[in-house]
Amino acid sequence: MNLIQIDKQTWIKGIEKIKSEYQVFGPVKEKNDVEFKELGAGQMPELNFQNTRMSPKAIVYPQSQVMFTYSLDETREDCRILKEAKRDQTPRAIIGIRPCDALAFQLVRRNFDSPEYQDVYWINAYESTTMVGFACNQPCATCFCTSAGTGPFGEKGLDVLMVDNDGSMMAKAITPKGEALLHAAGWTESATAGNLDSLKSKAESAVSSSVATGNLRQKKIMDVYEAPFWEAEAFSCINCGTCTYVCPTCWCFDIQDETHGKSGIRMRNWDSCMFPLFTIHASGHNPREHKYERVRQRFMHKLKYYVDKYDNGIQCVGCGRCIRSCPVNIDIRRICNKMNAFDPQSCSCEVASS
Amino acid sequence: MTANTEKIRQIAKQLLKEGKVDIIIGFRKGSVPMMNQPLIVTAPEDVDELIWDSNCALNLANYVTNRKEKIGIVAKGCDSRNLVTHIVENKVTREQLHIIGVPCTGMVDRHKINAMFDAEITAIEESGDSLTIKGNGFSKDLKKTDVLQENCAGCTHRNPVIYDELVGDLVTEQKDVDPYASVKQVESMSPEEKWNYFEDLISNCIRCYACRNACPLCYCPTCFVDESRPQWVGKSQDQVDVRTFHLLRAYHCAGRCTDCGACERACPMGIKVREFTKKLNKDCLELYNWEAGLTLDARPTLDTFKPDDPQDFIK
Repeated sequence: MNLIQIDKQTWIKGIEKIKSEYQVFGPVKEKNDVEFKELGAGQMPELNFQNTRMSPKAIVYPQSQVMFTYSLDETREDCRILKEAKRDQTPRAIIGIRPCDALAFQLVRRNFDSPEYQDVYWINAYESTTMVGFACNQPCATCFCTSAGTGPFGEKGLDVLMVDNDGSMMAKAITPKGEALLHAAGWTESATAGNLDSLKSKAESAVSSSVATGNLRQKKIMDVYEAPFWEAEAFSCINCGTCTYVCPTCWCFDIQDETHGKSGIRMRNWDSCMFPLFTIHASGHNPREHKYERVRQRFMHKLKYYVDKYDNGIQCVGCGRCIRSCPVNIDIRRICNKMNAFDPQSCSCEVASS
Repeated sequence: MTANTEKIRQIAKQLLKEGKVDIIIGFRKGSVPMMNQPLIVTAPEDVDELIWDSNCALNLANYVTNRKEKIGIVAKGCDSRNLVTHIVENKVTREQLHIIGVPCTGMVDRHKINAMFDAEITAIEESGDSLTIKGNGFSKDLKKTDVLQENCAGCTHRNPVIYDELVGDLVTEQKDVDPYASVKQVESMSPEEKWNYFEDLISNCIRCYACRNACPLCYCPTCFVDESRPQWVGKSQDQVDVRTFHLLRAYHCAGRCTDCGACERACPMGIKVREFTKKLNKDCLELYNWEAGLTLDARPTLDTFKPDDPQDFIK
């Protein structure tokens, strides 16, 4: 694939050109952090950041999304008929997504776009989106992407990979969608690979933490489920939704109707398996009554059920956001390594003897 | 290892060995700088995980709610005040607790320190009143007193108010501080300015409820935002619902809040949620001469009626 060279002037012009054809999202500095926002005229994606506080999943899968509208006005013919809300299918581009977050969309796709179920809201938005990645020259201490299926220069899930090479950009189109975007930007000057390989290996070796996942698949579900460490590991958890909301691969939602006067909407909102409300039954019974059961669910889903169901690795891309944002320092690396190393035979607990 | 850490381990080991408590609740060193993790220790041989430094800012009273065991708990000033509140509100009994009091010199503000550096902080070292912040290719010394959490900087109850033993000498309480300086600033604003100020304050709230859940006061079996019959509050990112959550959460803490700062520290978005609760603390002080969690002998001020309560604010 051809490499494209983009100098600073062409960069600014190109971004503006892209904005005329796409709705463009990029990292911007906001309130002491960097978040993905829609870029207005003249606004450039921030280049000096490690990763955003929130993942870019909301661009495809908003925290609150209207699915249907309805009227309760008896005088209207369409009273009580759900009408599909208009879906925005404007081509959009995420410029500056990190390789981990791009891979996350591929993981989430297994849920939203499967042979059994197609979630039109997610699929429409996903298909309208071109992912332009920024390689990570400086991963965070909490990043473990290289043991979670990608890397700081990973290409999976990206349409274009860009590398910031001493102030000028090198771009590589990975898909036809990516080629179309480069074309729209007017970026055509070809480049030689130069020191690309050494930048890549330097970045990969800068990823200093990792998770061990090799044994997860062969473990028996019930062995790990009944492992003795869950209560102690969950002790500090306060059951807030931070980990699930900042996670690029958490996909659970809740559907709600909201009526104002005689008109209403049916919407879906991100939900979190950390909340007791997530599983409480109408009877009042809650099958995940205790917080350790909810903590266990989150990790079992990501690191065992998903692994078993799709045979495609863990449901985690190693972005490290949950580690950085957890108010009580629950660290997925620690839990994953515990699960991976757990041996019921060597455990003197009830699980082993029963 | 600080002297406090050493003493906490020693006391915890003794308590567990002698069977005076079933569990110890304290902190262990976190896997991320400035993030220590609440920890439960049940075996005397595990006490060496316990630590104490300026990153033990969460409120451990949050972890004793409705527990039935005999609990040894490490408590700085604000934790002890919330233990008092818990005892008064029947969430735990005094007899259940062995309080290991830690006179406190304040906790550092992780949001503030993170915002001071463009690059990632990978380590923080502490020695007395000085902190060394380290990252990839940089190292900077800071004075701890310059980067305290706002509630700690204005704290007037650094010493535990109840305890069974202390890990060190009591510290001198701060006298010439104004815990309500920022409330006064907001009070001086016009209604429109106030509205804009609070709108901006909560504009990036993701409704994860970390503020609520880090708070020892929030122990309702079902929180008002989780009620579904009837549903009091909508679930979306509608600003009306976000506002409702923050305002009602604050009002539920009125007369009970010790300004421990756990809510603000826990917020993943760095929202200054104490801006809501602090105003109510100030009102309680001015109207009823009441500060929460200082005595086992009185119910929280909004929980009681006295014939001589001021009433001229009732219109």
